[in-house]
Amino acid sequence: MKKDIRVCGFGGQGVILSGFIIGKAASVFMDYHAVQSQSYGPEARGGAARSEIIISDEKIGYPRPIGVDYLVAMSQESFDTYRDDIRDDAVIIVDSDLVKKHDIGRPLYKVQAQKIAEELGNKIVTNIVMVGAFTSIFGLLKTEAVKESVIDSVPKRFTELNIKAFERGLEAGKNAVKEL
Amino acid sequence: MKYKYDPKRIREVLGKKVQFLLGDMACVYGGLLAGCSFFGGYPITPASEVAEGMARRLPRVGGTYIQMEDEIGSMAAVIGAAWGGAKSMTATSGPGFSLMMENYGFAAMTETPCVIVNVQRTGPSTGQPTLGAQGDMMQVRWGTHGDFEALALAPSTVQECMDFTIEAFNLSEKYRNPACVMTDGEVGHLRERIIIPDEKDLKIIDRVTATIDKEKYIPFTNSQTRKSKVPDFATFGTGYRTYVTGLTHNEKGFPATDKQPDHERLVKRITTKITDDADKLVMVEQLNLDDADVAFVTYGATARPAESAMEMGRKNGIKVGLLRLKIVWPFPDKLVTNLAKDVDKIIVPEMNLGQMVHPVREFAENHCEVISAPKIGGEMHLPMELYKYLEGK
Amino acid sequence: MVEIKTADELNKKFLREGMWPTIFCNGCGHGVVLEYTFWALEELGLDMDKVIFASGIGCSSRLPGYINADGLHTTHGRAIAFATGIKAANPDFHVIIFTGDGDCAGIGGNHFIHAARRNIDMTVIMINNFIYGMTGGQLAPTAPLGSIATTAPYGNIEHPFDISNLACALGANYVARWGVSHPYQPIKSIKEGLEKRGFSLLEFLAPCPTAYGRRNKLGDIKKHWAWYDDNTILIEDYEKIMKYGTEEEKAQVKDKIQLGVFQDIQKPGFFESYEKLVDRLREKETKAKEGKK
Repeated sequence: MKKDIRVCGFGGQGVILSGFIIGKAASVFMDYHAVQSQSYGPEARGGAARSEIIISDEKIGYPRPIGVDYLVAMSQESFDTYRDDIRDDAVIIVDSDLVKKHDIGRPLYKVQAQKIAEELGNKIVTNIVMVGAFTSIFGLLKTEAVKESVIDSVPKRFTELNIKAFERGLEAGKNAVKEL
Repeated sequence: MKYKYDPKRIREVLGKKVQFLLGDMACVYGGLLAGCSFFGGYPITPASEVAEGMARRLPRVGGTYIQMEDEIGSMAAVIGAAWGGAKSMTATSGPGFSLMMENYGFAAMTETPCVIVNVQRTGPSTGQPTLGAQGDMMQVRWGTHGDFEALALAPSTVQECMDFTIEAFNLSEKYRNPACVMTDGEVGHLRERIIIPDEKDLKIIDRVTATIDKEKYIPFTNSQTRKSKVPDFATFGTGYRTYVTGLTHNEKGFPATDKQPDHERLVKRITTKITDDADKLVMVEQLNLDDADVAFVTYGATARPAESAMEMGRKNGIKVGLLRLKIVWPFPDKLVTNLAKDVDKIIVPEMNLGQMVHPVREFAENHCEVISAPKIGGEMHLPMELYKYLEGK
Repeated sequence: MVEIKTADELNKKFLREGMWPTIFCNGCGHGVVLEYTFWALEELGLDMDKVIFASGIGCSSRLPGYINADGLHTTHGRAIAFATGIKAANPDFHVIIFTGDGDCAGIGGNHFIHAARRNIDMTVIMINNFIYGMTGGQLAPTAPLGSIATTAPYGNIEHPFDISNLACALGANYVARWGVSHPYQPIKSIKEGLEKRGFSLLEFLAPCPTAYGRRNKLGDIKKHWAWYDDNTILIEDYEKIMKYGTEEEKAQVKDKIQLGVFQDIQKPGFFESYEKLVDRLREKETKAKEGKK
């Protein structure tokens, strides 16, 4: 088993952190092998950013995805830019408010991550909502492992908010599966 | 405030035993575990995370972090700190490494232990700052003027970024020579699981300090207390009143700039202290070589797609193996010659236009075919690209 | 401790055996500066096992070799950066750098600037002879306008670098410039520099009869030394004349090189501040741990 995952969005959205949380959940809080790599423009904010994670039950050689099994997009630009090499059967998850032009003639999971984050009072946890949604849709990682990874990766004073965001994300992911 | 090595405290500062960590940060962890108490550096992509990690943690373990004015000064301060009694390191990338060449040579000439982490990026010149490369593999060996020996390791994983930084300190202390961790923008910016050793599992080698009577001490000659070409180290402030110069010096350390025998004696000792031990310094990983007809000889990040290509080859019935150099310099010449006798073809993939392929050729080409498999531009070889070399395409 | 009264006794204590003769020419000022430094060290009674010397390249940079102490003779211009590391490794050390105008103000300018700005605790003794003496008389960044060097054969057209004023602008804790023909003020200044926490610069105007004097027709060694007396002025006198003097008096002194203590302040040095930072982190951590309990 080997899964190539790409999380993308605009710089400042916490794309790298999302990938970090997923990779850590798989390899620290579960027994998978995982590598996470990233690329982003020279600017710290804005532009298209992506974070890529490989999760495997065997040692990982080449550390970058060759083809993508799971694409998670949180901005239009990144959705348009980082989709060329995804597999025909790739699972696509988008924030449908942020990726308005998502009708590309194939089924995809829609999660209103930013909207949920705003409901929770802080847009900054959009990425964590998305991690939650991804966890539900992906299915391979134990919910508890990802939750622990979230707690381990965010500043202590925001733990509660992030747990809420993660749990709302889990739910939104389940709903997205039903809707599809 | 004087630093005291306290591995328990260092482990406390580093945190959990199992982490999902950035390659650059793993170099920080390695340095701290080895007892590094001084870091002098200058920010540069993709190595800045090493400086950032040190700036955050060194003060918490009682060490000193200084952001120097440039990489020339960084290397200088690192050497000064070593003579002041510290274990010291810096981290940089190509453009900074070029600036460090001056004092890298000074460290070799004055037998100063210190560690340089080079998170390689593409060059020449400013190149592609955020992208990885392996373009400094010859620079680390020959980049400073005159005769010297390099100690260089090339990590392929985040775990090795930490392990090899510790090993670089150990080698550096043992041989009193600068040692380099030649990582790159790929491995440096990967995150992977890393297991941090407990205090009791750390294997740390420290410099042999001078203990002989001050009147009898000779600073730049074979050890006076053991069988070794590495002199016992009388760091500053210990009462030995050592004079250290980058000029050719006699055994007492005094300038001997116009005397051929003094120069020959000095430079032969500082090079053979390492080459004499070359066989002991071999550190490699060998995969599937027993029955191999063709072998990748590889190192660092490139070993990863090479291993993937090897697995593809094996699945398709090609008898392919892999020799991965963990220590790149000194070069494991005998091992490569022996491998060349056993296989028909050696492929050397590198993220440069062909650097380590040269020593491979030197020691292999009388016995088998040697092919360079270069890739530049800041991207690793795809496994398929390397697989094609196996099919002879 | 045996009290030292004569230069012979002083030399016996401070000079390293086996390094003679020195490389210095007749009439050179370097030995004088070395002697002043010895007197200052002797008067302060510092433990010479904890006084560490560093230097770069050039005549001045050979001085640590003649001193019976730890010494690091480094690469051209880099001594101050090396010394930063030495001091960092052990803040108990007194670190003294011998450097020249080419070494410090030329190739090493950036290291000098940043060590002064960081207020690194060290004493920089820059011997300024207006020339690259060791390598045969090439143009130095401190060379007066119009002076002759092998690489300025038609006269220097570059404005000279006033390194003491630069150090003041950078906020160095102690800055003084002296000549080599009067011992008392320089020795006092070296002592003050050594006692000062933070960065101190002692600039010495020293003759180089071989590479500078000869080429610039300053006459024999005696006349060359006299040139310094004629062309320098105490900073206090200079300021008085510029304030209260006649136009004629002002014209007479305006191009003279000022001598004296330029700056004597007490900003916290780098390592003082660093130690505070370490303490602050420790306190914070202790509090956090107690909070958990």
